[in-house]
Amino acid sequence: MSERDTPNKPSRRSFLKGAATAGAAGLTAKTANAGDPAITELQPWMITRGDGVASRPYGYPAPQEANVIRRNIDWLTADDISSVNFTPIHALNGTITPNGLCFERHHGGIAEIDPAQHRLMIHGLVDRPLVFTLEDLMRFPREDRVHFLECAANSGMEWRGAQMNAAQFTHGMIHNVMYTGVPLRHLLAEAGVKTAGKWLLAEGADAVKMARSIPLEKALDDCMVAFAMNGEALRPEQGYPLRLVVPGWEGAMWVKWLRRLEVGDAPWHMREEASRYTDLLADGRSRRFTFEMDAKSVITSPAPESPITHGSGPLVLSGLAWSGRGTIPRVDITLDGGINWHKARMSGMGSDKALHRFYYEFNWDGRPMLLQSRAHDSTGYVQPTKDALRAIRGSASVYHNNGIQTWAVDQNGGVSNVEIT
Amino acid sequence: MLRLLNALFLLACMASPGLADPLGLGRVADADEIAAWDIDIRPDGLGLPVGQGDVALGEELFNDVCAACHGDFGEGLGLYPSLAGGEDTLTQPRPVKSIGSFVPYLSTIFDFIHRAKPFGDAQSYSTDEEYALVAYLLYLNDLVDEDFILSQGNFPDIHLPNEAAFFSDDRTVTELPVFSADPCMADCKSSVEIVSRGLADITPEGAEN
Repeated sequence: MSERDTPNKPSRRSFLKGAATAGAAGLTAKTANAGDPAITELQPWMITRGDGVASRPYGYPAPQEANVIRRNIDWLTADDISSVNFTPIHALNGTITPNGLCFERHHGGIAEIDPAQHRLMIHGLVDRPLVFTLEDLMRFPREDRVHFLECAANSGMEWRGAQMNAAQFTHGMIHNVMYTGVPLRHLLAEAGVKTAGKWLLAEGADAVKMARSIPLEKALDDCMVAFAMNGEALRPEQGYPLRLVVPGWEGAMWVKWLRRLEVGDAPWHMREEASRYTDLLADGRSRRFTFEMDAKSVITSPAPESPITHGSGPLVLSGLAWSGRGTIPRVDITLDGGINWHKARMSGMGSDKALHRFYYEFNWDGRPMLLQSRAHDSTGYVQPTKDALRAIRGSASVYHNNGIQTWAVDQNGGVSNVEIT
Repeated sequence: MLRLLNALFLLACMASPGLADPLGLGRVADADEIAAWDIDIRPDGLGLPVGQGDVALGEELFNDVCAACHGDFGEGLGLYPSLAGGEDTLTQPRPVKSIGSFVPYLSTIFDFIHRAKPFGDAQSYSTDEEYALVAYLLYLNDLVDEDFILSQGNFPDIHLPNEAAFFSDDRTVTELPVFSADPCMADCKSSVEIVSRGLADITPEGAEN
C-alpha cells in the first residue's frame, strides 16, 4: 500500500489537443500506422482451441483476478481460529457477494459437519420437543430472500480515528447473498410455542456451541433457517448445512452450523451477548441487545485499494449502502468533505435489509477531493458522522460504528482513509 | 398416544392465529437427547448442573491448561482475553473487560466453560471441575476467599460487580430522533480540516487491484 505507480494521466497539452480534435475528453492521441496491437496482432486465444467443458467442473475466476480474495489481519486477534477475515468490497460490483468471498467470523474455527449426522432440535417452552433431519426440513415451505449480514464489529477499528487504509478492512465485514430456507415460524409452529415463550436460544454445533438469545417476536417475524446461499449449499465456513438468518440484525446472531433452538421466558446472557457484542459507553455503562444494524454506506470506488488510475475526466463513483431497518431510498455524495452534497443514483435490486448499490458519475477536475457517502433509510434515519456517534457513545464501544467514512483523493488519484472536521 | 398429541397440537395451533398448521414433520425429541444438548445456563441458575468445586482444584486446572493463553493471573497473554483485573478501567482510554470489571453474570462464565472449554477440547471437564474453575476465577478477581467452594446451591447468590451497568438498547430514544433530521445539502460548513489519517503500516499489503 505504501508504493503505488503514478497513474497514467494524459498531460494538459495532449488532453486539450484530444478534446479539441475529438470533441471529447479522454481520447488518447495515437500516431498513424501504429494501431493497437490488441487489435492489429493475433492474440494466442484468437488462434488456438481452448479448454473444453470437462476441464472446469466447478468454475473459478480468471487467474488475473487472483487478488480478489478474503484477507485477514494478523495482529487483530490472538489466533486465526477465533478470528475474522474481510470481504474485498472494493473489487466487487453489483450487490450480491460471491459465496467464496463472503467474510468469515468463527469463534471456534470452521465446523466440518457430516450432513447425515446433523440434527436440528427444538425444545424448551413448546408443546412438542422435536428433532428434524435435513430431509425433514426440505419438506417445509421455503423462501428465497436476499439479505446483508454485517458483523457488529465492522468498522470497529475506526472508533478512535482513521486506522485501516483499505475499504476491505474498514467495511469488509459484510456480505449479501440470496438465502434459501424455511421460515422459522413454520418450524416453531410445528413444535407449538407455549404462551410463556418470549425468547429463543439459537445454538451451533461448532466447538464453542456459538449461542445467542433472540426475541421470539423477531424469530416469528422474518427469521429463517437457511440451507443454501446464492443457489448452492451453504459453504462450510458459512454454516453448512444450516444457518440462522436474522435479517437486519448483527451477524453474530446468524448462528452457523445451527443444531438447537430452545424457547424460554428470558434471555440467556451468553458470552457473545454479555462479555462481547455489548457496547461500552463513555460513562462506563454498557448497552446490550443492540441487535439492529443502523443505516450505513461506504464508497467502494474510488477507495484506497481502487484508486483513480485514468486521470481527470469522466469518473464513476460507486458504493454500497444498507440498513437493518428497511431499504435505502437515497444516498448523498460529497466531493468536498461535506460542504456541498449531491444525490447519488440508486441501482440494482435494493430490497428490504439488503445491500443497495449507488453511483455518482461526474467529471473529475484532477484536484484533491474528500469523498463521503451518507445513507438515508426508509424509516427516515440519516447516517450520522463519526463525531455525532461519539458524542452519544464515546469511542470505546467497539461495535455498531456506522459513521460516515471519508476517503481523501490526491491529485494523482491515490486514495487514503482520513477523518475530517 | 402420539396421534392424540398431534390432534391436540393441531387444535392448539388452529386457535393461534398467525401460525401455520403443523405438517407432522420431524419426530419427538427423547428426554436423553434433550439432556445431551440442553447445556445452557441462565443468570437465575436455570440449567446449572449439580456439583461443587473449590478454589484449590480450580487453580490446579487453570495452571495446567488455561494459563497458557489467559496468563497465570488471568491477565490475558497477548491478545487473549483478560479474565481478571481491569477494575475502574471502563471509562479509561483502554478499558479492560474482565470477569471482575465487565462481565454482568457469573452464569455467562460458567456456561461458556461448560460449552466450549478447554479451547479445542470442548466439554471435557467434569461438572465439579467446572465449578472449581469458576470458583478460582472468582478468587483471581478478589471476589471470594481461597477456601471458597462454589456449588449449584450458592451460585445464584453471587453477583458480579458490573451487573448493574448494563441496560437494554435505547437507540430508539437516544439516537433515532437525533439522526432522523433533514440534512444540509449546500454550503454546510465554511472549511474542512483533516484530523486523522489511516495508518499504512498496520494495513496488510497486497490488496490493491
